[in-house]
Amino acid sequence: MQLTLKIWRQKNASDKGGFATYPVNHVSKDMSFLEMLDVLNEELTEKGEDPVHFDHDCREGICGTCSLYINGKPHGPLQTTTCQLHMRSFNDGETITIEPWRAKAFPVLKDLVVDRGALDRIIQAGGYVNVNTGGVPDANEIPIPKTIAELAMDAAQCIGCGACVAACKNASAMLFTSAKVSQLALLPQGRVERKTRAEKMVAQMDSEGFGACTNTGACEAECPKGISITNIARMNREYFSAVISSDNL
Amino acid sequence: MSWVTKTLKSTLGRKLIMALTGLFLILFLTGHLAGNIQLFFNDGGQAFNIYAKFMTSNPIVKLLSYLTYISVMGHVAYSIMLGQLNKAARPIGYAQSGASTNSTWASRNMGILGTVILVFLAGHMYSFWYQMHWGGIPTVMYGTEEYKDLYTVVQLAFQQTWMVALYVIAMGFLGFHLSHGFSSAFQSLGLNHVKYSPAIKAIGNLYCIVVPALFAAMPLYIYFTS
Ligand code: HEM
Ligand code: SF4
Ligand code: FES
Repeated sequence: MQLTLKIWRQKNASDKGGFATYPVNHVSKDMSFLEMLDVLNEELTEKGEDPVHFDHDCREGICGTCSLYINGKPHGPLQTTTCQLHMRSFNDGETITIEPWRAKAFPVLKDLVVDRGALDRIIQAGGYVNVNTGGVPDANEIPIPKTIAELAMDAAQCIGCGACVAACKNASAMLFTSAKVSQLALLPQGRVERKTRAEKMVAQMDSEGFGACTNTGACEAECPKGISITNIARMNREYFSAVISSDNL
Repeated sequence: MSWVTKTLKSTLGRKLIMALTGLFLILFLTGHLAGNIQLFFNDGGQAFNIYAKFMTSNPIVKLLSYLTYISVMGHVAYSIMLGQLNKAARPIGYAQSGASTNSTWASRNMGILGTVILVFLAGHMYSFWYQMHWGGIPTVMYGTEEYKDLYTVVQLAFQQTWMVALYVIAMGFLGFHLSHGFSSAFQSLGLNHVKYSPAIKAIGNLYCIVVPALFAAMPLYIYFTS
């Protein structure tokens, strides 16, 4: 395959940045998208140019590190992670536009790499359960109905990639935040702290500068893990009932 | 900051206000439609004029009308606040957008749709509401009682082609606003349920077509029958 890549290049966080165009000629349909970029970077390195910086780690769709906005969509044309996207999803001779996630809360560090620390801080604000350390509890000590366990597992699938924020016209992190609020609110272990958790996580989400939800559903349509916006409705319920009934002034 | 102001300042709290005011306006539209259906009666406007008088004098209606004004103002004020917040959340946009593949046009353009509705609303209030309250409009006698003849004002207004066109187009915008807004409001309130959400969606789809269509039918009916 022969491709033309239109890639966002930006030296550092304070650089203005702009698009650069690169031809790549030795691309196989079976390469993953990131392998295709590896090919480009090898060529750039050989020419003594600065390779294109992009985030990646596991390359098997589980870590959520890869994050490219490809041809107008986060993670490209398929509902998967960028590392699980293959070049067979593109046509020979195509021009592919690659941009970083765009959000005030995700400052660009270099080229296509953005700082997603804001998502970590939302988790730190309440996306955990406090448990006593000690012996390992017996399996099935706390009975959890299968349907509830399934719902919690579905929510727990979120890998924190931020594609929901990237896809949302408001750069809202509601899908991400609601996935964790839901996962823990559904389980008995998480119920103890559910009110404070909902309040703190929403407050952190707002203070990071993410937008509000317009319920367009773009996040759900682009989420590589199929997190449903029913979680956002659950977070709304959790939050409203928390602020009404919690002891936190 | 008290917990109330803190909540209402949060993104979720602001959306709560959008949803509550939006739903109240949906209720208002339903009532407004039920009343105005009397324009279709073939009685020279008697039922409509008696209804119009009732609407300007009954104390409960008065209370509801204040709630409606507050809802419109709250809805618009919060839509501006949310709009600015959402814009600020993405200072640098994308060069290429595939938004049309993941969301509906109406859901992405609620602000534009709402702004057109607001401009229409201002004109609409001037043409009928202002005239009814403070304009010098003709009166009619039914029995021994005198009534303002709003029916004739409406009839005259909708002889004008541009007025009819304006109303029909505005109702199209309202329909699109509600095609997203109706079910969106329930989601904002946290009301999403496997049993009820399909029904809410279905009712919303019906509502956003039938209600604006019936409103649009009024000027069209008057235009083509008189
Ligand atoms: C009779 C007139 C109107 C009705 C029945 C109505 C109804 C609604 C409803 C039900 C929603 C959904 C709320 C939610 O998502 O939680 C909504 C959203 C919205 N409305 Fe209206 N609306 C009306 C007029 C207006 C006007 C005049 C504006 C003026 C700017 C406006 C601007 C908006 C905006 C921007 C949203 C989206 C807010 C967001 O999701 O961020 N609407 N409307
Ligand atoms: S909700 Fe989906 S899109 Fe958003 S961070 Fe989690 S996995 Fe990524
Ligand atoms: S690199 Fe880990 S999910 Fe893509």
